[in-house]
Amino acid sequence: MTNWDPSKPILEIENLSISFFTRLREIPAVMDFSCTVMAGEAMGLVGESGCGKSTVALAVMRDLGKNGRITAGRILFKGRDLVTMSDEELRQIRGSEIAMIYQEPMASLNPAMKIGAQLAEVPMIHQGMGRDEAWKLARQIVADVRLPDPDRIINAYPHQLSGGQQQRIVIAMALMSKPALLILDEPTTALDVTVEAGIVDLVKDLGEKYGTSMLFISHNLGLVMDVCDRLCVMYSGEAVETGAVTEVFDTMRHPYTQALFRSIPLPGADKNSRPLISIPGNFPLPHERPQGCNFGPRCDYFQKGRCDAAEIAMSGVPGGDRHASRCLKWAEIDWSAPPKARVSKEKVPVGEIVLKMDDLKKYYSVSGSAFGGGSRKVVKANETLSFEAREGETLAIVGESGCGKSTFAKVLMGLETATSGQIMLFDENVQSTPIQKRNTDTVSKVQMVFQNPFDTLNPSMNVGRQIIRALEIFRYGGSDAERHARMLELLDLVKLPRAFAERMPRQLSGGQKQRVGIARAFAGGAKVVVADEPVSALDVSVQAAVTDLLMDIQRENRTTLLFISHDLSIVRYLSDRVMVMYLGHVVEMGTTDQVFSPPYHPYTEALLSAVPIADTHVERKRIVLEGDIPSAMNPPPGCPFQTRCRWKSQVPGGLCEREVPPVQVLEGGHQIKCHLDREVLARMEPVIKIAAE
Amino acid sequence: MLSFVLRRIGVMALTAIALTFIVFYLTNLPPNLEKLAKSEGSVRMADDAVASWLERNGHTGPMLVRYGQWLGVVPGWTREEDGVTTGRCIPRGTDPATAPRYCGILQGQWGYSTVFKAPVVTMLGRSLGHTAWLMLAVMLVMVPSALALGVLSGMREGSRLDRVLSTFAIATTATPEYVSGVVFVALFASATAGISPLLAEWGLISGKTLFQGTATSAMEDITFWNFALPVMTIALYGIGYIARMTRASMTEVMTAQYIRTARLKGASFRQVVVRHALRNALIAPFTVIMLQFPWLLNGVVIVETLFNYKGFGWTLVQAAGNNDIDMLLACSVVAVFVVLVTQLISDIGYVFLNPRIRLA
Repeated sequence: MTNWDPSKPILEIENLSISFFTRLREIPAVMDFSCTVMAGEAMGLVGESGCGKSTVALAVMRDLGKNGRITAGRILFKGRDLVTMSDEELRQIRGSEIAMIYQEPMASLNPAMKIGAQLAEVPMIHQGMGRDEAWKLARQIVADVRLPDPDRIINAYPHQLSGGQQQRIVIAMALMSKPALLILDEPTTALDVTVEAGIVDLVKDLGEKYGTSMLFISHNLGLVMDVCDRLCVMYSGEAVETGAVTEVFDTMRHPYTQALFRSIPLPGADKNSRPLISIPGNFPLPHERPQGCNFGPRCDYFQKGRCDAAEIAMSGVPGGDRHASRCLKWAEIDWSAPPKARVSKEKVPVGEIVLKMDDLKKYYSVSGSAFGGGSRKVVKANETLSFEAREGETLAIVGESGCGKSTFAKVLMGLETATSGQIMLFDENVQSTPIQKRNTDTVSKVQMVFQNPFDTLNPSMNVGRQIIRALEIFRYGGSDAERHARMLELLDLVKLPRAFAERMPRQLSGGQKQRVGIARAFAGGAKVVVADEPVSALDVSVQAAVTDLLMDIQRENRTTLLFISHDLSIVRYLSDRVMVMYLGHVVEMGTTDQVFSPPYHPYTEALLSAVPIADTHVERKRIVLEGDIPSAMNPPPGCPFQTRCRWKSQVPGGLCEREVPPVQVLEGGHQIKCHLDREVLARMEPVIKIAAE
Repeated sequence: MLSFVLRRIGVMALTAIALTFIVFYLTNLPPNLEKLAKSEGSVRMADDAVASWLERNGHTGPMLVRYGQWLGVVPGWTREEDGVTTGRCIPRGTDPATAPRYCGILQGQWGYSTVFKAPVVTMLGRSLGHTAWLMLAVMLVMVPSALALGVLSGMREGSRLDRVLSTFAIATTATPEYVSGVVFVALFASATAGISPLLAEWGLISGKTLFQGTATSAMEDITFWNFALPVMTIALYGIGYIARMTRASMTEVMTAQYIRTARLKGASFRQVVVRHALRNALIAPFTVIMLQFPWLLNGVVIVETLFNYKGFGWTLVQAAGNNDIDMLLACSVVAVFVVLVTQLISDIGYVFLNPRIRLA
């Protein structure tokens, strides 16, 4: 490693091709991929699932498993080719020169080993450090990644830490031997946004402190903008565009990059006047890639006979900083032209109140100690929840994990019964009626769309049968023929071809499965639909299509949509009113405009500032919350948010620690549950500013 | 922890009561008692003589009361005849006034074995001692070799080593003890078949057979030559079974993400297996191993009979074959106790192996 010149790239991937070999065929996963990472540079790899970005990362680590093989190309790390290295040489580089941070921190830590032992192992392997010294170093690095109480943490087991803490440990593990290159594979996808913001800050700081180069893999364009200097957009196994982040974001030169940006909800998008544009069609399967340009069949600028004639090579965009695009026509396209397909839609007027919750409480009691028994504790999952929802309205419920939003959905659906309070559904009190005792009519009126479309369809029943089953349960129609006809109508409604009735769930893509889930929810003419993170498991380009579909059905049926989500961008895009929850409390409620502009509840403010936005014109105030969300089993006294609140000092007399704040009703029915004075609230500045173009 | 153990012990006691009652009921059915009367009294007893014998020896009365007496929670029966007081708790020739009121198994009165003509406690104690040695030897052979086989075949799934070891494991579990035992005896401990005649001919062994076909002498003095065959017969079946379980758990662990983490830390394959995979992979087989204890009790029945080793299994067979009610009941109490205690140990051990487990 001594004869390496620091001005040369740390990592140079040249025309890399990777294939996976199955019994049937060779499946090319990555084709002709090249990229260069200079010392101290952060390179982003962006793309939808299945585009090959993680495969590239694993190839750099040379850990492709038994079936994967590098079929062509070179991976030069500090001038040495990793592809031809022996296992022993690789072993010396892994962990010491190149380290990796993974998507799921819980799964990547050994559950049966103490944190300290897992950390100390790295210098013990690579530098032959003694055990005590290695533990001392581990303790220091744990402090470096800003974990509180490092002595306790190094003696803890992974399951005793929260998700955010676990991810910090994984980062600490990667930093133990000061690697030259850090590969981050979706490091924050499994975390909450406020935790994510902390991790992103940490990664950026550490990158600067140690001068580490980074390969940052993500599907989140906003995050890439926050972290990276350069990025590489991948589509179906190929890099389609690469360049400096600002250049690619502002002057993209590939139709896929453009389509991707048009399908994500940026500030300014609106479901009625400026709806999102989804990318038509589906991602091609690896063995069904089209001839020529892979994006061709879904591209607006596709030209037959030219784009599908031969493989297309990357070509440099003049004037840019190593900016290149894999498009034949990039010089001909008018990149500043507004999108054609944008149709503005009418706003739906809201109607009668259909759902009213009054002072709803849901407590669980759990046992405390390890072997059962012990004192029983009460978890307050929902605390004094009051709101109403009107016909045709979209009410978004926002909050991080553990805030009680899913419990609320369960109570409304009747899967759990409320501890106290009232739930009025069309003037009928369903508060203490579990779903088994509700009549078919009520059940069919309140339906749910679930988060994970992959698990909610019965894998051994075809799509049509599953929808018909729902119709049977709702006692729709008098005969099988009638139900069959209605099922086909429902498929039309969710814009799936009728032939899909015969398909099995495994033959469907994620977005198509979610459409089936929606069709099933609307089978009985649902009036209130609870959508629990309906698009968070889907890729961005599909998200737009599914949200649009939900909106269209809502317009037609005047359905009340309760949209549960942690993704503030999508909430801002589609909801009429927003309810922000924290630890079981509703901390803020109002129309979308009221919630997204000052005065904010301090938590909403932090939440807004934590969401990365993929727009170079947006200026965002950084407010990083300290610590984790307190456990609902042991909530702080007084205001639930007081442990992380940056405004706490503005409230005199330690009121925040003693009393649960009252709900202040501001102008226009905007509710904020906070002790702060109205004057202080009025002085708040907006978190997001859109710079003048 | 303590409350968990107490609750488990409570459940165990209930289970033990239920199970022993079932055994008690079945062994005390009228035909059994009639057989008992005839074997204790005279074979040619008339029906009314049988009835009066049963009456005199306290075998009449409601089943529950008799069960209670056996257990020791109901006062033992007494009767006065011709001025002599006899009773359950009054051994012949002792003064009824000094006899205790209760004498069931709770008081340590396990009864008298009719087959062995000795108190049940002494017989049972001796046979359990023999079986304990057998079990210890089996466990010492079985557990380490099974875990080693499982880990070796599971660490590289689908490799040649895996296939060879898996074939061996499947073959051994597929062979029941009464088959493998007979095969072993024929192969190694027969003067006319197997390898012993050859070895004797070449002068490699001084006796007629390589191993001894019976383990009777092992009751006095355990040697490799008299003990190896019964131990191997029981162990072999278990080795295959535990090895399969270990392999399944090991292959699963080897695909876990934290194994990838360890690999990409630069740990060598040996370090990955020993430091990271092993402990996690042993959690599942631990339960299986604990389940082997009760199963061993069942295994020893066949093997002890086959090798004429007078342990627990052999005693059980003798008691069952000869309508020895007290002995049979005592054996079932021991069996129930062993099963339940090993399960309790397995549950507690689980918590220590797996830091995530919380018992409730």
